Amino acid sequence: MTDLVLKGKAIKLWDNISTDDIIPGRFAHLRSNLPELAKHVLEDTTPEFASRVRDMSLHAGGEAILVAGKNLGLGSSREHAPLVIKMSGVGAILAKSAARIFFRNAINQGLPVLLCDTDKIGDGDELEINLTGGTIANLTSGITLSCSKMPPIMSAILKEGGLIPYIQKHKGFVITR
Amino acid sequence: MTLVEKILAKKAGKKVVRPNQIVEFSVDLAMIHDALGAHTIARFRELGVEKVWDPARIVVVLDHYVPNKDIDTAKKCLNIKKFVLEQGIENYYEVGKGGIAHQVLVEKGHVLPGTTLVAVDSHTTTSGVVGAFATGIGVDEMAVVFKTGRLWERVPGTIRINVEGKLRPPIASKDLMLFILKRLGVSGALFKSLQYTGSTISQMSIESRMVLTNMAIESGATNGIIEPDQKVVDFLKARTNQPFEVIQSDPDAEYAETLEFHVDDIKEPMVAVPPKPSNAVGVTEVEGTRIDQAFIGSCTNGRLEDLRIAARILKGRKADKFTKVIVIPASQEVLKAALAEGLIETFVEAGAVVGPPTCGPCMEAHMGILGPGEVCISTANRNFQGRVGDVTAKIYLASPATVAASALKGKISDPREFFREA
Repeated sequence: MTDLVLKGKAIKLWDNISTDDIIPGRFAHLRSNLPELAKHVLEDTTPEFASRVRDMSLHAGGEAILVAGKNLGLGSSREHAPLVIKMSGVGAILAKSAARIFFRNAINQGLPVLLCDTDKIGDGDELEINLTGGTIANLTSGITLSCSKMPPIMSAILKEGGLIPYIQKHKGFVITR
Repeated sequence: MTLVEKILAKKAGKKVVRPNQIVEFSVDLAMIHDALGAHTIARFRELGVEKVWDPARIVVVLDHYVPNKDIDTAKKCLNIKKFVLEQGIENYYEVGKGGIAHQVLVEKGHVLPGTTLVAVDSHTTTSGVVGAFATGIGVDEMAVVFKTGRLWERVPGTIRINVEGKLRPPIASKDLMLFILKRLGVSGALFKSLQYTGSTISQMSIESRMVLTNMAIESGATNGIIEPDQKVVDFLKARTNQPFEVIQSDPDAEYAETLEFHVDDIKEPMVAVPPKPSNAVGVTEVEGTRIDQAFIGSCTNGRLEDLRIAARILKGRKADKFTKVIVIPASQEVLKAALAEGLIETFVEAGAVVGPPTCGPCMEAHMGILGPGEVCISTANRNFQGRVGDVTAKIYLASPATVAASALKGKISDPREFFREA
């Protein structure tokens, strides 16, 4: 089986991005209209985020990669937080650490979150992420980063494209060591 | 093993579990509310099953957008009610029957020591007050719980928060929690469990303890927990006929870390400055900051003792002419008791609006939303940018006493001047 590789460009953000930063509660009425909701992703802190992601995904051979610091997604249990990031066109998330519910919600939506030392990634860096091996080649700096190993249950959910397809296939959780 | 490890081991059918081990465990209780309930149901339908695994283990509470604020939220609640009827879920709390879900779960005796609770809300950690493993999950996971009654978890290592000394009013458990968060930070307990111990905790009421378990999530913790003592046993026996087993940490339990606190080190009431709950400073540092709104309520601080201390300060006085003062009891039970004690009359006389037991302006949900540049001092749990209304609005977090004192003056104020006679 060939490794799953994702190529793209970094959009560098910071530590402690809350679920209110990602999608503030004032847009709760748009939760049943996800494409519309996604237009507001991170708009309070990073108004150019959605258009940068769109521009990157329009260019051939690349995806936008959200690169954060520590504790990404602290706050609410709303799954709309990772969902709007995914809907906006982001292909993967890299962070030093992620809040528990956000991390699980992202994987459950089929959005890869890899934990690594994101200080070694700059805004706009060209990245090649090996999702299977858990390594990141920073093509801009020439540095290769390794990611913390994801629990097998999370990799398995990600592999099926999210929790709902995973459960449809396996009927329940399959826990391996 | 620590308390949380013992609960997860038992519910995973294992003799021993270790921190960071991935386990699959059985869910004793699952709660949905109206903010994410309809989404949960939609996901459950996608799984193609007709019936939930056990309707008796599901609690449904409407608390975020009720009485419904618009057609969209009314539709969501209708959808939830239809599901409740279809699935035969008995534990359903319509607006006017329950209150804020986290309060209702504990107050109605739904959560028992040694059990597991999951809910589609990050403040599910509150219920750890009875010695349960209680944590927040997303809607997809809840859909799976509805189908199977099972979920996976990474066993959290336990950080013991040991607190000694006697709290002197008006310094309360909220001040202690903000003080703890100042040390832990908003990611200090990521994937860990916070277990609160020590003489201060033993002396505390269940209500005060709930502030600590409620805000455990603000440090990134998976859950917050307190070993059940006689107070918890008596509290629950008055509220449920269901049998329960009291589980404690083993004497030789290994903690990831023990953090020692003494309440004498809390020199003054604490205020968390926006935009993080861990930005705690002494009230004198921000005293005089102009406010537009003072909110007393939420799953953190909307209980009877919170209303009592606020009423003690507001009694016979008038709130600032230009400050919106909002008091929202955490549940119908709290409201009823507050009415009987004359607290509600005190609030109304002081010029506060008293809202129906719901989440209120804790987040951008319903009632008390902030406009551009407005400043709110709130007894709730989060002060992130954009949490309650306009992105330029600012939220300061404090105890009910500090919020009540601030309501009187229209600026952040030290509640200690109202306690000198004692």
